[in-house]
Amino acid sequence: MSDYPEIRDKLMSPEEAVRRYLKNGSQVAIGGFTISRNPMAIAYEIIRQGIRDLHLVCHSHGQALDLLIGAGCVKRVEIAYGANGRFAPTCIRFRKAVENGEIEIEDYSNNQMSLRFLAGSLGIPFIPSKSGLGTDIVRMEGFGPDVRKERKVARKKLVVARNPFGTEGEEIVLLPALNPDVALVHAQYVGEDGTVRIKGLTFADVEQAKSADAVIVTCEEILPKSFIRLDPDQNCLPSFLIDAIVKVPYGAHPTACRFFYDYDAKHLNMYREAAKHDGAFRAYLDEWVFGVKHRGEYLDKVGGAGLATIKANPIIGYTPGLDRR
Amino acid sequence: MSGFTDREMMAISAGRLIKNGDIVFAGTGVSMLAATVSKRIHAPGAVIFFETGGVDPSLEELPMAVADSRVMDGTAMNSGLVEAFSIVAHRRLNTIAFLGAAQIDRYGNLNSTCLGDYRKPKVRFPGSGGACDAASLAAGVIIFVQLGKQRFVERLDYLTSPGWLKGGDSRRKAGYERGGPTAVVTEKAVLKFHETTKEMYLAEYYPGTAIEAVTAGIAFPIDTSRAVESAPPSDDELRILREEIDPQRLILE
Repeated sequence: MSDYPEIRDKLMSPEEAVRRYLKNGSQVAIGGFTISRNPMAIAYEIIRQGIRDLHLVCHSHGQALDLLIGAGCVKRVEIAYGANGRFAPTCIRFRKAVENGEIEIEDYSNNQMSLRFLAGSLGIPFIPSKSGLGTDIVRMEGFGPDVRKERKVARKKLVVARNPFGTEGEEIVLLPALNPDVALVHAQYVGEDGTVRIKGLTFADVEQAKSADAVIVTCEEILPKSFIRLDPDQNCLPSFLIDAIVKVPYGAHPTACRFFYDYDAKHLNMYREAAKHDGAFRAYLDEWVFGVKHRGEYLDKVGGAGLATIKANPIIGYTPGLDRR
Repeated sequence: MSGFTDREMMAISAGRLIKNGDIVFAGTGVSMLAATVSKRIHAPGAVIFFETGGVDPSLEELPMAVADSRVMDGTAMNSGLVEAFSIVAHRRLNTIAFLGAAQIDRYGNLNSTCLGDYRKPKVRFPGSGGACDAASLAAGVIIFVQLGKQRFVERLDYLTSPGWLKGGDSRRKAGYERGGPTAVVTEKAVLKFHETTKEMYLAEYYPGTAIEAVTAGIAFPIDTSRAVESAPPSDDELRILREEIDPQRLILE
């Protein structure tokens, strides 16, 4: 498939990456944040392959989260936030699934979730925080006792403990570490040596990747090793942490990928309307997920003019003046 | 003076509360507008940053979400969530968070999680995101909520983000060394919190608003004895907001 000998055994198609690393019941950390750098090519492929009962571990997620839940791939979520900017003040399929009791959910905050990944990456069992004392995030568990016994689920949501170094009565929140089965990252660049470079905000992608048992990285471009090593300060993950490398241009569409493309307001508005009704949502899946064999056919459907409209200015990183209504 | 909409007045009122030197944590929606208003009009020496990790962006265009590529451009630095919360919590910084919510109680505790029983919710909202963290860790919080008895409630359905908890010194007793809400900005009025009891009171009502129109939208009793009328938005404030900050009316509508 390539001329990249150093990563020959890691380079693969989205189909193969999903087949190898995702199973029914996998615990998955999705990269990106709400409308930015979601690993959409992998999300569509997960749906196409009919993978079920996923356990998503998330900070703030939008498009990939909503699509996977709507398509019935998700059994359980640990999450801080489900929304998609002005396209969905609350993610629509996420909201329906929670209100109808179709998924199990447990709430944390963004700081708590990013710390849990950090703890997982450091190999420590828990991590303290001052966030959430006196709130229902600390008081209320979402998962029932049966869920607590399952694989990769913490025995308790969290523990409020006395600070062993503090004054008497001073409390802290202890958060259990996360080590998901798979982390999904969409990056702008991977080097010919497998080094990963994310441009713009990294969100919690780096901590998620470092905490996971397997890492799938999709990317816009594969760059010469001489180039990626010329400025290593810009790189965020070494090759030896990455299991699958998938080159998928526009792999985050309809979410944004800094320096490559903006979010696609037209597609996200269409998605929002479809997500409101079960029938229309099913039709969206039939057309955009099951109706295309692979990402190339998907991009053909978006069309050259559509992709040109959201092409990012390569210096500014987004599309100035884009109609985002 | 031309007329102005509820959202315009909310963004301008909140923007006026920011001072040079403040480090402003902005969320999605009206809070994004208010942060931009404060930076462009009232406090050019304030710094805006986002929980996603973007610090001091140029904000040439209005971001539509905190992960928008527009919060990554012209920044002092781009980082991630772990680093961003180290700025929120930093003991040397006067970090002020702008937060929205679906419900608020008299002590400024916020619900952005659900209505009804948490395990069988009637309505599900997005959840905390970084709101609980900012409310826990920042030096101060400014809240946006539209008036309404279903929003200004006696009792929250779910306490997502800590305000003054049960009032008095209960926030400090719970383990928080600083912070707490300083103002609630609505479409008709600005509410603040009593110095010792930490109960909400009416501080300002907007030009042309009757005090009764404010209290009608609050389900708990509220002290109105200190209320004064706000200054109306200036032509400059309105022009900059409409023409420079949100010309596509992405958040204003």
